[in-house]
Amino acid sequence: MQTFNFKVNGEERSVEGFGMARLLDVLREQLHLTGTKEGCGEGECGACTVIIDGQIVNSCLVPLGQVNGAEITTIEGVARNGELHAVQQAFIDHGGAQCGICTPGMVLAAVDLLKRNSEPNETEIRNGLAGNLCRCTGYMKIFESVVRAYQK
Amino acid sequence: MPPSLADALALLNTEPGVWKPFAGGTDLMVLLEAGKLDHRNYVNIWGLNELRGIDVTDTHVTLGALTTYTEVQAHPVLQSEFPMLCQAASETGGLAIQNRGTLGGNIVNASPAADSPPALLVYDAEIELISTRGSRWLPYNGFHTGYKQMTIAPDELLARIRLPRTTRGASHYYRKVGTRKAQAISKVCFAGLARIDQGHIEDVRIALGSVAPIIVRCVETENGLRGRASGAETTQAACASLSREISPIDDIRSTAKYRLQVAQNLLTDFLSTLKT
Repeated sequence: MQTFNFKVNGEERSVEGFGMARLLDVLREQLHLTGTKEGCGEGECGACTVIIDGQIVNSCLVPLGQVNGAEITTIEGVARNGELHAVQQAFIDHGGAQCGICTPGMVLAAVDLLKRNSEPNETEIRNGLAGNLCRCTGYMKIFESVVRAYQK
Repeated sequence: MPPSLADALALLNTEPGVWKPFAGGTDLMVLLEAGKLDHRNYVNIWGLNELRGIDVTDTHVTLGALTTYTEVQAHPVLQSEFPMLCQAASETGGLAIQNRGTLGGNIVNASPAADSPPALLVYDAEIELISTRGSRWLPYNGFHTGYKQMTIAPDELLARIRLPRTTRGASHYYRKVGTRKAQAISKVCFAGLARIDQGHIEDVRIALGSVAPIIVRCVETENGLRGRASGAETTQAACASLSREISPIDDIRSTAKYRLQVAQNLLTDFLSTLKT
């Protein structure tokens, strides 16, 4: 066991664990940030998406040993001071969430996309969300939510 | 995590075979969780800046082994002179994988279905292996000797990948065929490059993925095409030659029959794009 220090949603956190522990498990079980979901556990579905140092990653594929000193944003850190992010509000207003398992990852992928590209075209939205699967297949509503989010 | 590249190499040298280098984790974490990795010890090389960066000289583009797919796609010289490598990077997984997966990892993971090796083979890539004993450069073609087998010693690390800047004026053709546009592992992957000189095919290079135990450069087919004009007869001969050079199998993703047909279709399509 070793101690790892990193920031999560702006807060300094210190975690005891094994270097090869999955960041996904550390977030959910040690830091109790259960907004990050486990879907496939092998980097295919994007349910466990978080942002590390400004880039989206699958937290099921990132070992704890690689986040020492990093800045991590999870879905819990997307709303600021009780106010929802435009993407979150758009998902609510336009039915972007059904069962909800893919939603945290979808929202983070969309937030990341809009940060890099404030007015993405259709292809860019599809590429930005290509690594996130919705098993309810509500893709059109998700797509529409992202469009509405940047139009606001 | 070793503080420097020298420390990592020293570790690999003192206990060869005990430590497995671990970079972006997009392949290894999956195997680790499935209990399919024999190693107990991993040396985390993700933070080693000596293995990062893209360096451009008059004759070569040299990429650190830890260059991510996202970094490959963003590089202007790679975009203009090595477009198939950028396309391969953009079709490997989704963005979250591309932010973490590395070119070096794609090579040493040694999957016959990897997306960037067909492009690297066609671009005549060379690779640098380093250890405490020194450094050696070797052609990437020939590095994979059998399914998951490579000419790398247990104390060596893949450090850099070098591409000669000899692609100007060439036609580039890259196509990955999978079940789904994003996130899929390929059923067949094709990379082709050619130059036309006075109505004849010159400097033609062809490599395929997912059709043999390793990614294959199809030298016999290339030799048969060199010096010929494009046309139905040329295409037919090339397809026949290709079928002797690849050995597709039935597996969870596709069938041998389908793969052979698609490989020949892609070769035909590639040749049809060449105006001789």
